[in-house]
Amino acid sequence: MFELSTEGKEFVKKELARYETIESAIIPALYRVQKENEGWVSEDAIGHLSELMNIPEARINEVFHFYTMFNKKPVGKYHVQVCCNVACAMAGTREIADAFMKEHDVKEGEMTSDGRFTFTRVECLGSCDTAPMMQINDDYHENLTPESAQQLLKDLK
Amino acid sequence: MEVKLLTEHYSDDNYRTLEGYKAKGGYEDLAKAFKMKPEDIISEVKASGLRGRGGAGFPTGVKWGFLPNNGETRYLLCNADEGEPCTFKDRMMMERAPHQLIEGMIISAFAVNSPKSYIYIRGEYVYATRVIEKALKEAYDAGLLGKNIMGSGFDHDMDVYVGAGAYICGEETGMISSLEGKKGQPKLKPPFPAVQGYLKKPTIVNNVETLAAVKYIIRDGAEAYKKHGTEKSTGTKLFSVAGDVNKPGNYEVPLGYPMIDLINNECGGMKNGKKLKAAIPGGTSAPILNAEEVERATLDYECLAEMGSMLGSGSIVIMDETRCMVDMLKVIAHFYHHESCGQCTPCREGTGWLHKLVSGVVNGTAQVSDIDLLCEVANKMKGRTICALSDAAALPVLGIVPKFRDEFQFFIEQGYSKVQGRANA
Repeated sequence: MFELSTEGKEFVKKELARYETIESAIIPALYRVQKENEGWVSEDAIGHLSELMNIPEARINEVFHFYTMFNKKPVGKYHVQVCCNVACAMAGTREIADAFMKEHDVKEGEMTSDGRFTFTRVECLGSCDTAPMMQINDDYHENLTPESAQQLLKDLK
Repeated sequence: MEVKLLTEHYSDDNYRTLEGYKAKGGYEDLAKAFKMKPEDIISEVKASGLRGRGGAGFPTGVKWGFLPNNGETRYLLCNADEGEPCTFKDRMMMERAPHQLIEGMIISAFAVNSPKSYIYIRGEYVYATRVIEKALKEAYDAGLLGKNIMGSGFDHDMDVYVGAGAYICGEETGMISSLEGKKGQPKLKPPFPAVQGYLKKPTIVNNVETLAAVKYIIRDGAEAYKKHGTEKSTGTKLFSVAGDVNKPGNYEVPLGYPMIDLINNECGGMKNGKKLKAAIPGGTSAPILNAEEVERATLDYECLAEMGSMLGSGSIVIMDETRCMVDMLKVIAHFYHHESCGQCTPCREGTGWLHKLVSGVVNGTAQVSDIDLLCEVANKMKGRTICALSDAAALPVLGIVPKFRDEFQFFIEQGYSKVQGRANA
């Protein structure tokens, strides 16, 4: 059973008091779970949050399933999100994403067998002047080339 | 020629700190605003002709004027959920000039008498969020937020709310739903947010760039601000330029600036000496312009509307002669299908149909009659839904397909791109 750390619970309690309604704390609480649970939110975490926040599971699930940044299944240590919207697609990101998945022999959204990577094609990340670009966990990596993108993954510990 | 109001100090790394910001006259305009009557600030903003910089282009002062005088708590919500593809102006402003936004917001909050505001930032903008949070802390510590700001007697609290990946939350009522802890689904209008918004209280939702511009209207006065731009499209505007140009980036020019000058001067011309084929003038929702139209387009609300397109968020994608329009539309159609919130049938089903039809052209399963079907579906999606996402998905189809119909027909009949040939088939 997933349970937030003591600090995590404290964080959620503060968030519950931070906004005008307690429901506004659902998104921050889900982010916290994701941070403490290796990058994804499990079903049992929803029950835990429901109890902790005194909000019905259905209400939390509604938010959880609507937003794409909450991962519904385990992701690799490095979540590699390659922007494939217009400017980046023009600059060759679709080929970069395909090459990643081919080299690591995974489909989109699947985790590599060593648990290191999950690759996703995502929509515009608002860094089109530095296309082609991708986001690995929280960080943007810009002005890529097919070679520099491959090297970047190799250099990750 | 660039005219730098909002972007003047972007290259100064220290500008993002309170100290660096104050060294350039930061928060002096707030002090000036506090000496004015709130209604005079609203009049000044109205007189400036400032229009919403997020995409809809609604006059800001008029929006503020919709607030009812019923004694209810008013909220100010800054739309920093920059999601329109190829727009990156708000991210850069938050990263390089966070205090400029905060100052613009306090002035605006004072004008509309709001005790509380939120900056709703898209979840992907992790770094921008950090910069804004740090700036907010600095502002609180310096007494620029909280009780009795600068001894004015005005109290205001400001907070950040981080989204979690949904384009639809950039729509103002979708954003309100999201902030309320719900799915980010838009609400029927009326009532408009100014009357019944966040928690059913009067709420003003303005874009990052709009709120920052308020600071300069107070600094220079409406008359001076209006000297930039055209008669109906006043002021300067940030344009995010991407695609096949030598120097993509954010550029601040007066509204009415010729689009071709922006490409040739500020952006250093076409990359690799290629020929211009087309440009999207205001985010992917804006119908595409062909090269001939780009030559005569000026960057203002009126000219682009007359050409059947729009200024939108001011994000421009330049495409050269090697770009396949079928491929471009496939990318765009995928985006809207992915981002439809699913609430209204014409949008939920229509975006799927558009993506399926254009994918069929690429996959070799389409018939020539599907070209008309694409337009028919798009036409049926317009003006039939709660929010504008459905229209935003339909408009690029209605721009690209008629203007580049030959490319669609060729692809269907020959099985490969007319522009890129068999290599990419």
